[in-house]
Amino acid sequence: MSDIQTWALVFVASSFALYIFIAWRSRVQETKGFFVAEQNIPAVANGAAVAADWMSAASFISMAGLIAFLGSDGSIYLMGWTGGYVLLALLLAPYLRKWGKFTVPEFVGDRFSETVRSVSALVAIIVSFTYVVGQMAGGGIVFSRFLGVEQATGVAIAATVIFAYAVFGGMKGITWTQVAQYTVLIVAYLIPAWAVAQRMTGFPVPQVSFGEILAELNRIGTEFGLPVYTEAFTARPQIDVFLVTLSLMIGTAGLPHVIIRFYTTKTVRGARYSALWALIFIGLLYTTAPAVGAFTKLNLLEGVQGAAVDALPSWVQNWMATGLVTVGEGVDTIGTVSNDPLSGADLIINNDILVLASPEIAGLPAPIVGLVAAGGLAAAMSTAAGLLLVISSSASHDLYFRYVDHHASESRRLLVSRIAMGLAVLVAIYFGINPPAFVAQVVAFAFGLAASTFFPILLLGIFWKRTNAKGAVSGMLAGLVFTATYMIYTLPVFGTQANDHIMGVSPEGIGAIGAVVNLVVTVVVSLLTKPPSHEIQEMVENIRYPAVARRTEASST
Amino acid sequence: MADTNEGPAGGAPPPGGGGATLPENGWRKEYWKKNLRLMVVLLIVWFAVSFGAGILFVEQLNEIVIAGFPLGFWFAQQGSIYTFILLILIYAMRMDKLDDQYGVSERDDDGSWS
Repeated sequence: MSDIQTWALVFVASSFALYIFIAWRSRVQETKGFFVAEQNIPAVANGAAVAADWMSAASFISMAGLIAFLGSDGSIYLMGWTGGYVLLALLLAPYLRKWGKFTVPEFVGDRFSETVRSVSALVAIIVSFTYVVGQMAGGGIVFSRFLGVEQATGVAIAATVIFAYAVFGGMKGITWTQVAQYTVLIVAYLIPAWAVAQRMTGFPVPQVSFGEILAELNRIGTEFGLPVYTEAFTARPQIDVFLVTLSLMIGTAGLPHVIIRFYTTKTVRGARYSALWALIFIGLLYTTAPAVGAFTKLNLLEGVQGAAVDALPSWVQNWMATGLVTVGEGVDTIGTVSNDPLSGADLIINNDILVLASPEIAGLPAPIVGLVAAGGLAAAMSTAAGLLLVISSSASHDLYFRYVDHHASESRRLLVSRIAMGLAVLVAIYFGINPPAFVAQVVAFAFGLAASTFFPILLLGIFWKRTNAKGAVSGMLAGLVFTATYMIYTLPVFGTQANDHIMGVSPEGIGAIGAVVNLVVTVVVSLLTKPPSHEIQEMVENIRYPAVARRTEASST
Repeated sequence: MADTNEGPAGGAPPPGGGGATLPENGWRKEYWKKNLRLMVVLLIVWFAVSFGAGILFVEQLNEIVIAGFPLGFWFAQQGSIYTFILLILIYAMRMDKLDDQYGVSERDDDGSWS
């Protein structure tokens, strides 16, 4: 066993032991604990939990690599995945917390109608499943590279740990493990970043010091035939950068597993401060990521430039074993580098390895590399657990108890929710081991669907009393159909022919237009039909003020 | 999208900022209006920094280089995120003040910091 494997094992095993211990401490006996952690989570802790919930395997493992190859246009992810929190904090979180029940579909059910609730529950389940698959696969990559375990075994181990704390502790167990996971992942992200910044510029704050190397990066990039790093719109046209950023922002604010994290605070004020802490915690990683991307790319290019294939740095050899780094056939010295397998470049690097390999690329000691493995797993597992809770609560609370078992007792509800969670974990394991071929494209679906279905009707439901059930149903369906149609038209997902983008709008960016379609249809249909009842208008009125009839108990209807 | 003119007609706004015991609706409207105004101002900044400086005018701003960063690039990859955090901070603090002023505050025992 190599040094790196030993250290990875130490960090991964001790972090898993910590998660199990926390889970044992926070097991629950009631549905209120299982679904909303007894609405008793302090704002700072909730902020950390939101951050861990939100930052997935993709944020931790892939994002810096994506940015390194997208250059300036990588900002779509940086702004898109943080700007949504401004929308959440100002437009949704405080009001949904005031209303104070268990799930997102439950809110639209109360506000609009039972039909809207059922449609929402289904969309929430689909969105969350597409997301979980990516987390499981990400966990598998970490296991296979750092611990020398088969990918399938790795997925099973991670899922068993998630199973332990999610099934017994529900939202309460998930919340406190997410707090621990945030700590692990941010430490694992920042330490190598500081070390790399210190080594390359002599100043350990990567956010500031990566400015120094940008000119150098622009120069060496062009020698490799890559676009100028800091020049905007080299990867995507301006209109697409605009729309993708907007879609990711709106999608973030509409994702059920993020929204329900705000149901667990003690008060409305707690929800506002949770959003603040969440974005501070997320921002710590998101402002570091572009620096990590830039540093690692420069290191990497300098390391391989003009190198003979048999004299490449050792990290290339290590990662070639995972198939994530490949050297083109018949290549003697490295002259071109790309992340696109079809580019025919001398050296092909998968986005996913840039963060995982950055300590090795920079020649940092083995314990730091091992720590990164634990961080990657923490990111994947915390997000998976949050998603599994949405699946479990939508399936049990929003569908099963309403259509099948109306009069379930409290203990029976808890049991069914646990079984739903257990089944969701099993399905996630299956897809984690056999990921559908279209996982990458499917993530675009998750954001597009959340943006074009949930966000507009939640927004109108809170800010415009006149919105009625007919409007919301029509709007949601219009947004859903419009967005899904364009995605299927442009992506080769279901064996269909992929067509060209219309006016430069990519499938990742269509969610923003879908949201506008939803908004317009909802408004028009609402105006053409009867206003909602006085009771509903009064309910909307009530969620707007924090302490009027404050802190109503969460009911389980 | 805001409906400040809806809802049942209410009493007069409370003199000098009221409490939850005052007749409904008058103070409610005022509270809501102030909330909306704050929200709109913050969202304008949100848009200006991310979509304005980071996307629409990124090329013009890139002409200016500070500490190695072309300015537009810096806004897109760093500055916008710092601004977002600042916006939520201002929102949370201003809403605290507004809640106090209108007697709907939950400051006691909310555990925001603990």
